[in-house]
Order: sequence, then structure tokens, then C-alpha cells
Amino acid sequence: MSQWSFVLAAYGVVIFVTIILLLASWRAMRRAEADAAAPRR
Amino acid sequence: MHAFANPARFLKIARPATAWLLALGLVLVVAGIAGGLLVTPPDYLQGETVRILYIHVPAAWLGMAGWGAIAAASISQIVWRHPLGAIAGRAVAVPGATFAGLCLATGSIWGRPTWGTWWEWDGRLTSMLVLFFLYLGYIGLAAAERERGGEGRMAALFGLVGAVNLPIIHYSVLWWRTLHQGQSISLAGGSSIAPELLWPLPLTMIGFTALFAAVALMRMRTELARVKLEARLRRSAAE
Repeated sequence: MSQWSFVLAAYGVVIFVTIILLLASWRAMRRAEADAAAPRR
Repeated sequence: MHAFANPARFLKIARPATAWLLALGLVLVVAGIAGGLLVTPPDYLQGETVRILYIHVPAAWLGMAGWGAIAAASISQIVWRHPLGAIAGRAVAVPGATFAGLCLATGSIWGRPTWGTWWEWDGRLTSMLVLFFLYLGYIGLAAAERERGGEGRMAALFGLVGAVNLPIIHYSVLWWRTLHQGQSISLAGGSSIAPELLWPLPLTMIGFTALFAAVALMRMRTELARVKLEARLRRSAAE
């Protein structure tokens, strides 16, 4: 394997995992804040 | 720090800070990755694989800084009974574990073409793996305590005791001269890396740190919103 394969694999893992972490945190926050702000029934 | 003991006051700052940290982090990380992949030259010895440095070093720093933040939150919880201490510790643990895992993964991917092995039971690698397992233990313990309605004091004690691993990781390359290279960048003593190779590193270091802080703030806001909702449900059930 060429050196670039290792470089791209490392960057791919970091970028993928960081995006998942950001999106999951954002989604959970938006959902929790919307639930907490919802009018009482 | 007690100025932020009031969650409403904390949220007033955390809401705009989340957006600013996200924007700053994304800009710096994209610039640093573009510079590291497209602009810097290959190293005379390592070749192209030196580019993994720009993501491996921030991941290692954040894996360790995350546990430093857990230890600080644990002290604030145990000593001053800061109401946000346990929430901050739990919020930092998941991104901390993520970046500790990314440090191990990128180090392993770099090690294969450079050292000829994916893994070696070297002092630095092993102490970093121990940190990753400490994170998993902390996350499990904190979640179990929260589920039982506890204050999270056991998790805070675990967070403090686990901090003993941080100097071990830092000095491992001096104490056990095995495979991992020694320190090549120091805040006080400069760097042994050529400037034309080094410049994207501060961008990714600051950028990933900003993203880490944004994730920690988002997770704290999530937890505070859940606490608010649970309190409202309890009041409704009591009425």
C-alpha cells in the first residue's frame, strides 16, 4: 500500500468520527431543549 | 467559577459560545487539514505519513486534556459542591474518550508504515490505552450513578484518581525509552520540527480544541434541559 493510503485512512477516520460526534451532540441538544421548552400539558 | 453556579447564567453564556466555538473550530480544522494534506512538503525520512501528525497530536492532546477537565470538574464537585461539576464531567467524558480512541487509531495507522507494526506494548501507547479504558469506566460509572439518582460522587472520585495516569502518559517517553519518539514540540522550548512542516499543527490543535469545547457545551446544555424536564415531570406528578 502507498503511504497516501495510510494518510487518507487516518484522516477519513478522524473526519468521520468528528462529524458523527458533532451531529449526535447537536441533535441530542436540540431535542432536549425543545422538550424542555414545550408548553405544559 | 461560582459565578456560573446558576444554570441560567451559565446557559446565557453557553448558547452564543457554542455557535462561536463551532464556527471557529470548523474554519481552523478545514484550513489546517487542507494545509496539512495539500500544502506542506513530505518529510525527508517519514515521507507522506508525516501528515498524520496534524490530526494525531490534537487527538492526543484532547484525550489528555479531557481527563484534566474531568479531574477539575471532580474537584469542583467534591470540594465546592459546584452544581455543574458532575454535569461538566459527564459532558466531557464522551468527547474525551472519542479523541483518546482517535489518538490510538491514528497512531496505529501511522505506526504500520513507519515502525512496521500496528501496535507495540510501548510505555506511551499502553498508558494511552489505559486512559481510553479509564474513560469507558468513568462513562459507565457516571451513567449508573445518574440512573440511580445519585450525585455522582463516586464518578468524581474515580475522575480524580484516574488523573494519576496523565503524568504517566506525559513522562512515559522519558521513563521508558522504547518505540514512541520523545517530545518534539514544547510550549517552553520550541520545536524540533521544521517550520514549513509545523505551521498547520497550531490550526488543527486550536480548531479541534474549539470543536471539543463546543461538543462539551452542547452535552452540558442537553443535560441541563433534561434536568429541567425531569423536575417539571416530578412537579406534575406531585400535583
